[in-house]
Amino acid sequence: MAVEDARPERATDRASWINDPKVRGAFYQILLVLALAWLIWEIIDNTRTNLEQRNMATGWGFLDETAGFGIILNLIQYSEISNYGRALFVGFLNTLLVAGIGVFLATVIGFIVGIARLSKNWVISRIAYVYIEVLRNIPLLLQIFFWYFAVLRAVPGKREMGTIVPGVHLNIAGLRAPAPVFEEGSTPTVIALILAIVISFVIKGWSAKRQAATGQRFPVLWTAIGLIVVLPLIVFLATGMPISISYPEFRDTGPMLMRGFQEGTGFVLIPEFLSLLLALSLYTATFIAEIVRAGILAVSHGQTEASYALGLRPGSTLRLVIIPQAMRVIIPPLTSQYLNLTKNSSLAVAIAYPDLVSVGGTVLNQTGQAIEIIAIWMLVYLSISLLTSAFMNWYNKRMALVER
Amino acid sequence: MTMKIMPLVLGAAVALAATAANAGTLDDVKAKGFVQCGVSQGLPGFSNPDDQGNWTGLDVDYCRALAAAIFNDPSKVKFSPLSAKERFTALQSGEIDVLPRNTTWTMSRDTALGLNFVGVNYYDGQGFMVRKSLGVASALELSGANVCTNTGTTTELNVADYFRSKDMPYQIVAFEKADEVVQAYDAGRCDVYTTDASGLYAQRLKLTNPDEHMVLPEIISKEPLGPVVRQGDDEWFNLAKWVHFAAINAEELGVTSANVDEMKNSETPSVKRLLGTEGEYGKAIGLSNDWAYNVIKHVGNYGEMFERNVGPSTQLGIARGLNALWSKGGLQYAPPVR
Repeated sequence: MAVEDARPERATDRASWINDPKVRGAFYQILLVLALAWLIWEIIDNTRTNLEQRNMATGWGFLDETAGFGIILNLIQYSEISNYGRALFVGFLNTLLVAGIGVFLATVIGFIVGIARLSKNWVISRIAYVYIEVLRNIPLLLQIFFWYFAVLRAVPGKREMGTIVPGVHLNIAGLRAPAPVFEEGSTPTVIALILAIVISFVIKGWSAKRQAATGQRFPVLWTAIGLIVVLPLIVFLATGMPISISYPEFRDTGPMLMRGFQEGTGFVLIPEFLSLLLALSLYTATFIAEIVRAGILAVSHGQTEASYALGLRPGSTLRLVIIPQAMRVIIPPLTSQYLNLTKNSSLAVAIAYPDLVSVGGTVLNQTGQAIEIIAIWMLVYLSISLLTSAFMNWYNKRMALVER
Repeated sequence: MTMKIMPLVLGAAVALAATAANAGTLDDVKAKGFVQCGVSQGLPGFSNPDDQGNWTGLDVDYCRALAAAIFNDPSKVKFSPLSAKERFTALQSGEIDVLPRNTTWTMSRDTALGLNFVGVNYYDGQGFMVRKSLGVASALELSGANVCTNTGTTTELNVADYFRSKDMPYQIVAFEKADEVVQAYDAGRCDVYTTDASGLYAQRLKLTNPDEHMVLPEIISKEPLGPVVRQGDDEWFNLAKWVHFAAINAEELGVTSANVDEMKNSETPSVKRLLGTEGEYGKAIGLSNDWAYNVIKHVGNYGEMFERNVGPSTQLGIARGLNALWSKGGLQYAPPVR
């Protein structure tokens, strides 16, 4: 009590509560929240009234209705009698497919080009420079059109084989390659393969620990290759070779329409997918290359010299000393490139690749439920982006310098 | 990029558009001084811009007829080129006043989408185009074909129904814009190009060698194409209907843009009612009494529009067929003005 009494009384008398910064702050914040709430309520109410007035159907019931249209690429069972919900899911998986493979390819190409850009070899660094400057300065949509329309006209027609190497063919209907066919009894072989990969990782961890403790090295790579090849092979032979290969079957007799590669034989990548994948990964790779270059340049030259002084070769220096330190600079901007690639994949609609936006557009047109479809689009892209971000942040934390 | 953003913008517009914008389209149109008309992005014969950006076509003529009826000036129209996907949202959100965009009249569009079809300005049906070198004479031989078409159209559904009912496998390659469908078909990505028969004739002109392609005889669907307006504004709906009917009635009564001034002196009661020399029919749709006279004077009757845009003397060379007047063995029929 004594402490409170000691407070000079004029502090509260001096100014009215209107001038109290705390009260004012709270007042403005409440005002802002109210204004926001009013705005959101107004939008929702307005939308509902407008939809009712125009007799437009609303709600999510349409997801159960029969779609009635075909989709050229479906990773799960889908036919014209499936419902709209499934059609949208097929589109979602197609988006994930092209984005996932695109991110992988863009990373690989980007790292190679980024390192090549710093090469002491003049020709290699110039080639990398020209590639980066040309591709990153052409709008992506034009590149997609280029890969689809210009390149499509240059490849052999549908009724020609267009053999690249025996068994692999590229014509206007897509890229075809032999496909494995898993027959009955093939499960043990697949399990053996997975097991071999897991064991390889365990050996890698053990060998790293041992090297740190004793300095002795273990030939991890050769052991792993041996394991991954030999173990499944033994199981495969022991179970009576249950996996066969389906080659693309080509027919050049009979009615014109029936000629060409037969559906259901071999493995096929449709040209819409190939063009989109190439355009997306080559375009994003240029940005990744610059990020990688910046990351490597951010590691001080003294690190390289120190590493050479320890007797490490240039390859090992890059792999063991430079890249791990560069990664700390590289990962955050790399994340935004991954997000860009995923979002850019919605340009697929221009060349008939059935991604989420393309399929959603068809559903929107058949049902007229624009608000629901657009909500689904936004929610899906937002979720993919947030998940990618979360993963990359976790990875970044793992790679970040641990300060003690 | 525009095509990606458009639906979003339009969707937001639906959400935000003031509630008052619903009724009174005619008043809005009169106030702003022009009709905002949603058309295709380029379909010869129906709505197609030339080098100078002047639009021509059967659908465009309907817009001009509306403007002539309201303003006595067929040039008071602004055109919004829309993709098949964007068109309904644009109309629902009030972006455009009327949508004559070779749009098929279907039950779901007429009901659940909150739209009203004004009438049928072209009776069409879906057909198939193939290369002559394929040696195919009938659509029944198309088993296993790759089919190119537009996304977000009834054609996409019709083709699925057709192949399914005939138990023939097929692969659909669906593009956003008609131009891309033509390019992909021309490049050989697809064996078959399918859309409304009128569209096939129009798009064939854009191919590298139009003579190497043929339209198969089968018509697999009914495609009554016509202008569309929003539900909930009966005044505007009536006006839109009667401008369409006036053009057909004019043809039936033999009134053309050339003889309309003479016909004003005609003693035939039905002509007098149409041209406003008898009765007060214009007032009932909120216009002056010479509304139909203006339409015919400036744009012509239905037959003239047809001949000018898609008829035998044009590049498309389409015969009247189903689109002849009912009195000449076709389906075009309009209720009388009385």
